[in-house]
Amino acid sequence: MFQPMDRRFSRRGALKCLAWAGTGVLWTVSGGIPRSFALDGAAAAAGAGFTFVQISDSHIGFHKPVNPDVTATLRETVARINALPVRPAFVVHTGDITDFSKPEEFDTAAEILKEIKGIPVHYVPGEHDLLDGDGQAYLARYGKGTLGNGWYSFDHGGVHVLALNNVAQFKPGGLGLLGDSQVAWLREDVAGLSSETPIVVLAHMPLWPAYAKWGWGTDDAVEALGYLRRFGSVTVLNGHIHQVMQKIEGNFSFHTARSTAFPQPEPGTAPGPGPLMVPAGALRDYLGLRSVTVQPGDGPLALTDRSLAS
Amino acid sequence: MLINLNLDLRLKYTAVLAAAAFWTAAGMTPALAADADVVIDNFAFVPATVTIAAGEAVTWTNHDDTPHQVLASDKSFRSPGLDTGEHYRLVFAKPGTYGYYCSLHPYMVGTVIVH
Repeated sequence: MFQPMDRRFSRRGALKCLAWAGTGVLWTVSGGIPRSFALDGAAAAAGAGFTFVQISDSHIGFHKPVNPDVTATLRETVARINALPVRPAFVVHTGDITDFSKPEEFDTAAEILKEIKGIPVHYVPGEHDLLDGDGQAYLARYGKGTLGNGWYSFDHGGVHVLALNNVAQFKPGGLGLLGDSQVAWLREDVAGLSSETPIVVLAHMPLWPAYAKWGWGTDDAVEALGYLRRFGSVTVLNGHIHQVMQKIEGNFSFHTARSTAFPQPEPGTAPGPGPLMVPAGALRDYLGLRSVTVQPGDGPLALTDRSLAS
Repeated sequence: MLINLNLDLRLKYTAVLAAAAFWTAAGMTPALAADADVVIDNFAFVPATVTIAAGEAVTWTNHDDTPHQVLASDKSFRSPGLDTGEHYRLVFAKPGTYGYYCSLHPYMVGTVIVH
């Protein structure tokens, strides 16, 4: 049935979203999908609100020619975080901390990431972190205070953050999956929140069909995100595909992040989604971190993707 | 549709799997000429379907630059994470149809038919 004015696509709703989401999104609406967002310097310097950092896909243990030293590039990423002009409130790691879920890989990652001084690091698992079968290697380290197979939520500065696990319940032939228990929990978790509450969603695999042929999506994302439709601003941060990709749909903005370890090809540009071989001198152009600056009220949220080469 | 089909298979063959015995160490069973090989290439099991006789083995070898892990659709067998060039050998003692997938990339699926 044709609906001429879906609430999600109303002009008022779009303006509200833009006001909160900042110039980067405005740029997207006026000029198509950008490769990077506006610089965050001005917004961060304004004083109010806070900044957090997203890093992803460190794959500690990976040792292929494209990057034989993934610990070095993770260390560089940590140094970038520590050198940011505005101290972030926290860091989120959106999964694939390790390559093979080996205890020594988790230990190496923890040793490097503890150099992020004085601020918490929040994690969600990637499928490479659950190769032991029952997820205990991951949960023993990062599962404290979480529910189910490792999901949870927290609040900071008026923003509600949902940290989800869409990599623990795969079905043959399927994409990522949150599962009924987690979706039911999500529904309850946000039930008492005002629709003005900015929502940030973390999950390893994209929560939109970024490229289903390579498995880059989540089968039950539409149902889960349906419970967030009433919120004025929902920012979804994923990893998994080792490149920056974004999509804006109504009040939702979806963003995948660079890896700290190695790039993957753009959708459909290679026979499969394996590591993208790039010249050693160019590797750091493809790796990086993301800063997200949140301004309460009418202030902008600005996403800045920085490569390790910048 | 696919999921329903696999669910049916799972129900049908649970009893068979429960009674089956698996050996994974190469030295524990005699080498048989009819054993099947599956290579993992560009995020696909090739060939996607192999047919063997009861008591024969399937060997999966990872040719990709990324890890893969063979996991039975009903979770009755699971390889270790396979790095580039590593292989996993499994003897199927009982007749049946065994669906499997990659636990890291579930869109990669395959079938072992055991007569």
